[in-house]
Amino acid sequence: MVIGLGHYLTVAAILFTLGVFGIFINRKNVIVILMSIELILLAVNINMVAFSTHMNDIVGQVFALLILTVAAAEAAIGLAILVVFFRNRGSIAVEDVNRLRG
Amino acid sequence: MNPAFAIPAFGPALPEIILAVGVLVLVLFGAFRGERSGEGMNITALALLTVAFVAVLMLPSERVETMAGSFVVDGFAKIMKALTLLGSAGGIILSMDYMRREGIYRFEYPILIVLSTIGMLMVISANDLIALYLGLELLSLSSYVIAAFDRDNLRSTEAGLKYFVLGALSSGMLLYGASLVYGFTGSVSFPVIASTLQGNVGSGVIFGLVFVSAGIAFKISAVPFHMWTPDVYEGSPTPVTAFFAAAPKMAGMAMATRVFIDAFPGITGQWQQIIVFISIASMALGSFAAIGQRNIKRLMAYSSIGNVGYALIGLAAGTPEGIQGVVIYMAIYLAMTLGSFAVILGMRRGRVMFDTIDDLSGLARTHPALAFCLAMMMFSLAGIPPLAGFFAKFYVFAAAIQANLVTLAVIGVVTSVIGAFYYLRIVKVMYFDAPGEKFERMSPGVSFVLAVSSAVVLLFWLAPAPFVNAAGAAARSLF
Repeated sequence: MVIGLGHYLTVAAILFTLGVFGIFINRKNVIVILMSIELILLAVNINMVAFSTHMNDIVGQVFALLILTVAAAEAAIGLAILVVFFRNRGSIAVEDVNRLRG
Repeated sequence: MNPAFAIPAFGPALPEIILAVGVLVLVLFGAFRGERSGEGMNITALALLTVAFVAVLMLPSERVETMAGSFVVDGFAKIMKALTLLGSAGGIILSMDYMRREGIYRFEYPILIVLSTIGMLMVISANDLIALYLGLELLSLSSYVIAAFDRDNLRSTEAGLKYFVLGALSSGMLLYGASLVYGFTGSVSFPVIASTLQGNVGSGVIFGLVFVSAGIAFKISAVPFHMWTPDVYEGSPTPVTAFFAAAPKMAGMAMATRVFIDAFPGITGQWQQIIVFISIASMALGSFAAIGQRNIKRLMAYSSIGNVGYALIGLAAGTPEGIQGVVIYMAIYLAMTLGSFAVILGMRRGRVMFDTIDDLSGLARTHPALAFCLAMMMFSLAGIPPLAGFFAKFYVFAAAIQANLVTLAVIGVVTSVIGAFYYLRIVKVMYFDAPGEKFERMSPGVSFVLAVSSAVVLLFWLAPAPFVNAAGAAARSLF
């Protein structure tokens, strides 16, 4: 069996869906949300690289590298915000992120 | 292949370069002086924004592409960048007194504002998906930190956390859409995408378009991606809320316009449905959900959702008149937002800030001038002539009718009548309820912002022509 573009796109689509559901269905821990966000970005990267090789066009891989870089910065900022939140709340359970309602 | 590298023309990117170099100097200055850096940082940041503003005004009005076609400057970019810089400057001026009195002033604040402003300017000028994404992330990442700026306050950190999680999800969706658009059109550059997409297009591109729209809708807090707005607006420190309501909205609308008009002009029919839907949903939610709010920052959040809905009417029309309406709407919205938040920042006695509508009770007797300014802002937000808000709505509705979107315009008029209810309730509370204790005197910076924005809102009808013509020329530069 030849593994073609369609297979890569399917894997990426599955990963992306898992990531989105991980954010919305997860009721436990904010760290899991951060992991889901990474999953979404990796799904995008698979898409980018697959398209890039398929079309023999380098731009997609450059884009993927930039996404990796930004994802690292994003994770760092997310964890930093999580730490200050934990200091104030004493918990990082998703159901404890509930002071702002109205 | 021997790639010949030519140094790109940096002139069109001068405002961004000025801000980037300046912010690096500010970082060094802050790192060496630490907490002793004091007010100088704010003043320097304001000076930087002013220099960048002058540089924006000196940009050419005709379309110029540079950086291998990934950066574009035209009349539209010019006017939206000027508005964004005004919004950021307003955000810094409103924060100066507040941050010091609340004891949360850190030298990082002006740095983060300037960094996110660079992101906004880059987004406005982005001419391919990579530049768009990088600008957007620069804007968003600094915004997450600014939202959580009062780091010992649970509400502020929770606002930052919520903003981060939902923001990261939305940029993930935007990226997924960008990858599909790239894959099915073969390019990330807007002009190439536009020339590839003509007539019938496959479902892959449509999927990509929907995901990109979702990411954009989040940034301008349009329904159904608005859920973060009320929480972040309520939890963040008030000057930060004012900044979020002002500058990023300018950049967001400019980004939406740039993407839809520049990259997808061949499939207007497809994206027009999306925009019409989110416009109607935002206007409806903005006017109904605000009715029950007691907290004035939450009310302003719903008000900004509704206002984005009205501005999107102009984009939905997709004509030069529609884009002209968008530009006018965003400019007037900027004045109304900054003015309203200046009044909210004035609600203080000693160490306590007040933020419910009942605290405004009887303001007309304790502070007649303040009450008059806020009443004018509210009448203007409700769209009552001859205040500026009326002209803002008039131009977008007129463009919608010209583009045969009569239903959309009618829904807009109906929701703005419903929305008038909660704006006028604030006026009623101020003028007819029993007065409370007096608030303190406003700080000079806040009074200045309030005076300027009140002047714009009150006197716009005297000479609308120069700005309307400038907006029209800016809009035509896109087509």
